[in-house]
Amino acid sequence: MPQNNYEYFLLMPQLIIAVGIVLSVLIEITTKKSEQILPWLSIALFVAAAFDSVFNINQNFVLFGGMIEVGGKPAIFNFIFNIGAALVVLSSIDYLKKYGTYYGEYYILVQSSVLGMMVMSGAKDILMIFMGLELMSICFYVLAGINRKKLSANEASMKYFLLGAFATGFIVYGIALIYGATGTTSIQNLVENFVTYSSNIIFVLGFVFFLIGFSFKIAAVPFHMWVPDVYQGSATTVTSLMSTTGKAAAFSVLMIMLSAVFSGASNVFRPYFATISALSMLFGSIVAISQTNLKRMLAYSSISHAGYMAIGLAAGNLFSVAGIIFYLAAYAFMNIGAFTIISIVEGENDSKTDLNSFAGLNAKSPILAASMALFMFALAGIPPLAGFFGKYYVFISAIQSNLTWLAILGVLSSVISVYFYIRVVVFMYFKGSVEDFEIQISPYSLTAVIITALLILVFGILPDTLMNVITSVIR
Amino acid sequence: MNIQIILFIVLASVAAVSSVVMITRKNAVISAVFLVLNFFALAGLYLLLNAQFIAVVQIIVYAGAIMVLFLFVLMLLNTETEHKLFVDKRAIKFFSILVSAFVFVQVAYLIFFGHPSRTLTPDEAASVKAGTIQAIGQQLYTNYIIPFEIAGFLLLAATIGALVLAKKKFE
Repeated sequence: MPQNNYEYFLLMPQLIIAVGIVLSVLIEITTKKSEQILPWLSIALFVAAAFDSVFNINQNFVLFGGMIEVGGKPAIFNFIFNIGAALVVLSSIDYLKKYGTYYGEYYILVQSSVLGMMVMSGAKDILMIFMGLELMSICFYVLAGINRKKLSANEASMKYFLLGAFATGFIVYGIALIYGATGTTSIQNLVENFVTYSSNIIFVLGFVFFLIGFSFKIAAVPFHMWVPDVYQGSATTVTSLMSTTGKAAAFSVLMIMLSAVFSGASNVFRPYFATISALSMLFGSIVAISQTNLKRMLAYSSISHAGYMAIGLAAGNLFSVAGIIFYLAAYAFMNIGAFTIISIVEGENDSKTDLNSFAGLNAKSPILAASMALFMFALAGIPPLAGFFGKYYVFISAIQSNLTWLAILGVLSSVISVYFYIRVVVFMYFKGSVEDFEIQISPYSLTAVIITALLILVFGILPDTLMNVITSVIR
Repeated sequence: MNIQIILFIVLASVAAVSSVVMITRKNAVISAVFLVLNFFALAGLYLLLNAQFIAVVQIIVYAGAIMVLFLFVLMLLNTETEHKLFVDKRAIKFFSILVSAFVFVQVAYLIFFGHPSRTLTPDEAASVKAGTIQAIGQQLYTNYIIPFEIAGFLLLAATIGALVLAKKKFE
């Protein structure tokens, strides 16, 4: 147990971002050119925090009187959040000018949301989960509607806020019941006495409320109603942040709360997770087929991916923890890549996000078409890309827990989803250009695309590099 | 007469008078302001009973947040329609008298048939001790320092968010 100042040293990733937020606010107040300084400051902070987490990955401690965990699993999550946010900021620089929201405040809100995620992933007390969740969600509500003049953005922000507040209500009610049944908010205690508590009806009820609230946040059927409208209406870069890092943060909390299950306790909540994962996979894949707007299609694909990851929660063994973390990392990078390409092609006023705008993309910009094809293949789960191994690990963990039927459903739904992913590739390569317009390729966004594409390839060809790190820390 | 009794008499009479004034005003905004005064007097009474945390929360949450919200709603509403709130309906009158009588009987029972000399159980004594500013401050700055700091960032983010969504001119 580290003492005194050493605790702050171990908490460095969170402190870097926290100090960065205050610094950014000061820069925003004192200078007129904050929108030119803040993106680079944010990227520097995110990269510093990400690498600090990774370097101290073996320093696994619980700090500040059992409040926050550093190193180990939270370190991997912090890496995903920070690198994801850095890539999103990189792709926002030129996009925001086009979108009409060239404000410095955007970057402060992105930093705050990342701080919230980092608090969530390291939480060792239910109070911390709640504070982190609210910090993240409030930033997302504002980011979704950051362009006040756009009706679609206002609608997205309002819908997200109302349904998000509703979900938070469920979570708080669940926390109250859990506290009533156990008399403490400490997760350590919850994990140690999970088996005793599972026979307490009030505890189980509270836990189910908590899970329902978080099912909203991970966008699983039947709590997915907000997803298509919010993902389509928000700024594309904001959508890529919400759909990847936000989802990863919600999954990290679910894994913390269920950590007793993952280390061997019987999974009382398996029927719940099996149901939502089967429904999400099939619903997301089938409805996505009829979508012609790419952002909306990726929103439905995000629902089905939440379903695949929930298979791991239903399986509930140590291997599935590793599988979910790998899947989340792979999903974050391939989705950020795909959304970045959409944000490059996107025109003014939400135009040019249809499939037709992508027709003949190969003739206009071969590199964009090639990377988009890579991301689509990765999302469909075609080897040897990272998306395939994410699904593979999760399905294996389901089979280990005698949930073969769920794994079969997962494979079936992947097969269905190949149709709409490959359709994008067909449009880009084998169709002539339908709409005639020039694409202004921003060098920053292109850099983000290339970095994500490389990460997808590395994690796909050498999945063991990441998998070994993950398995070494979860034991 | 010691100072506590004098303070009690002053605060209690302010509370009682302000609540009577509140329910007899025609203008809803004036009623709301007298309700705020009532809350302040009650907070003073809590302080006399050594319930410091409840006194502070009474002012911050009730007099501060909730009443400001009330006043905003009242000011946004059309003042023309205000008198419609005072329609003379038998059922409403009967029901409100019933509720008031019920509350009055409860309070009267507690005052006249309660046992003020009863000693506190250990649980009750502990809860009284936990309600002091000192105990709460100590918890807030030791065990709960990280959630406390995060709450600060939450408020900062909410302020910036409100600014982004509501500022009149943006350049």
